Amino acid sequence: MNKMPKWADVVLIPLISLILAAFFSALVIWAIGEDPINALQVMIKGAAGSTYAWGYTLYYATNFIFTGLAVSIAFHARLFNIGGEGQAMLGGLGVAIVCLYIPWPHWTLALIGASIGGALFGVAWAVIPAFLQAKRGSHIVITTIMFNFIAAALLNFLLIGMLKPPGAMDVATAKFPEATHLPNIHEILGLVGIPFSKATPANISLFIGIAACVALWALIWQTRLGYEIRSFGRSEPAAKYAGINRTRIIMLAMVISGGLAGMMAINNVMGEAERLVLNAVEGAGFIGIAVALMGRSHPFGVFLAAILFGFLYQGGAELAFSTSIPREMIVVIQSLVILFTGAFDNMVRAPIERLFMRLQKSPNVASVE
Amino acid sequence: MELITILDILDSTVRSATPLLLACLAGLYSERAGIFDIGLEGKMLAAAFGAAAVAAITGDVWIGLCAGIAASLILSAIHGLASITFRGNQLISGVAINFFAAGMTVVIAQSLFGQGGRTPQLSGDGRFGPITLPFAETLRDVPIIGPIYYELISGHTILVYIAMLCVPFTWWLLSSTRFGLRLRAVGENPAAVDTAGVSVVGLRFAAVAICGVLCGIAGAQLATAEPAAGFVKEMTAGRGFIALAALIFAKWRPWYALLSCLLFGLLQAIAIRPDQIEAVFGFQVQAQFLDALPYILTVIILAGFVGKAIPPRAGGEPYVKER
Repeated sequence: MNKMPKWADVVLIPLISLILAAFFSALVIWAIGEDPINALQVMIKGAAGSTYAWGYTLYYATNFIFTGLAVSIAFHARLFNIGGEGQAMLGGLGVAIVCLYIPWPHWTLALIGASIGGALFGVAWAVIPAFLQAKRGSHIVITTIMFNFIAAALLNFLLIGMLKPPGAMDVATAKFPEATHLPNIHEILGLVGIPFSKATPANISLFIGIAACVALWALIWQTRLGYEIRSFGRSEPAAKYAGINRTRIIMLAMVISGGLAGMMAINNVMGEAERLVLNAVEGAGFIGIAVALMGRSHPFGVFLAAILFGFLYQGGAELAFSTSIPREMIVVIQSLVILFTGAFDNMVRAPIERLFMRLQKSPNVASVE
Repeated sequence: MELITILDILDSTVRSATPLLLACLAGLYSERAGIFDIGLEGKMLAAAFGAAAVAAITGDVWIGLCAGIAASLILSAIHGLASITFRGNQLISGVAINFFAAGMTVVIAQSLFGQGGRTPQLSGDGRFGPITLPFAETLRDVPIIGPIYYELISGHTILVYIAMLCVPFTWWLLSSTRFGLRLRAVGENPAAVDTAGVSVVGLRFAAVAICGVLCGIAGAQLATAEPAAGFVKEMTAGRGFIALAALIFAKWRPWYALLSCLLFGLLQAIAIRPDQIEAVFGFQVQAQFLDALPYILTVIILAGFVGKAIPPRAGGEPYVKER
């Protein structure tokens, strides 16, 4: 049955799913009386038409790289981590504490400290559901959903109370010290003489995200732990028979997942806002699900899908700006991508598999005769 | 605390518990039949919008209710198609449905009404008004029983009473009818149901459809029952997930579902009255803590430290007929 060439699985099926999602999105845009072609042009211009546009696209993409990788590694262990949102929120808290309360001499050290802080807080938020799944048999999807809400309440509580500087009106922490300012893409590319818009939030975290993609690829396909995670995801009984410790794999997969989601905060909290605001994550944790599904849980696929969603996010903002299509249109597109690449996967896959089987059968029949 | 204050809080408890209860029972049907549904939130949201939008256009809240149910049923059909027909991942389908509803409601609302993702204010026949039960006025002056009857039991919208009646009905349907037995069986051991010659696909679609109808009523209650007066974006505000939590808290049983929804409703009711808590307990309770409490309680229940919540055995697994 499983005779489909690899390229079809990796490229063709995601592409068809994406086309279906795009088709239905266009249908929605057309139905509310707007021109889909025009909308696409506005999006392309707004998300890729200038270095300013690219700056925002890459900034959003960086968020989605982290959350997408977080969901992916959990997928490899057949765990569905819906808690990326909460883990990234807690990551923001970790980054804020590290940046506010430790006097950093230089941004490089601050970045290392903040990465560790963000990751640790994200891990802390992922480890409890992981433990409950491994030891108490409670479903990780439900517990991570609950933890998202608990995280939101916790952050709300802290930002209204303890973390808010006295006398401030905003529900936010104080601004981080100047020494924690991360170089943005304008400053980095300026070193090698490439002009780039000054006013964009894309920053050095993008490169850390790319490094995380490479590191995760190596972890999944080049190490023993990665092999164990994949075996466990493929077949739990087989993994058990091979002596793979169930608890250890669930815990480690979720530690990596929560750590990656938490590290997102170096981009949005440290790199962009330079303080912790309420709702800093802006749904990026959930977009990670779409990104991981589209990227087929492969770090390179996640990278591409994150860029695509960065494009959608920035393009969608431009749409709301220059047409009457509201910003929520991108939520619709996101849901269609999740629907077609995730839930309706078999619908797309089955006819293609049949097609390839027929194609492969015919030469065999000929050779027998 | 005076009786009237207590009654006021309990009255608001019943009101907040109603959409939770309807959504919780909706999830109960679906999950007892083996279809996980984390898309309750999205269905409620779509129904809230459908009900409010159509009620605003036609001026008739009953047509609005039907539209709300229809909107919710469309999403149920997508969920059924993905998770029953195409044997996809039920959780991913639920996530997609939540986002689809969150986006589409605002996109359509903006296109229809142009008020930033809300519907026009409903009034008169455009929303469900309170029903005064018989003798409420006459009994009002009887001590204790009178105010309880007048303030707490009487004076809710029809949807509140429907929701309350759904509990014994669901209990009866699941425990004493052939359909109920089969529905539960298909969530525990679909192969056995199939062997008995009953359609697994049909039963599961029926369960998902009931879930859609109930979520539809829940959404209509949120947007069109007084004191609500229309749809605002993201108006479900996590209630679908609280309902899901209540369902686990109730261990997938109807009467417990009523109790857990009333408990979570009570938490919502006192969260908006911080001064009352201070008056009774003598210390302040953070509203954020009360917001988080349903989720914290559910995690504790899920962890199995206080009684164990065991989900239906075949939940989340697509059924593949043996060939």
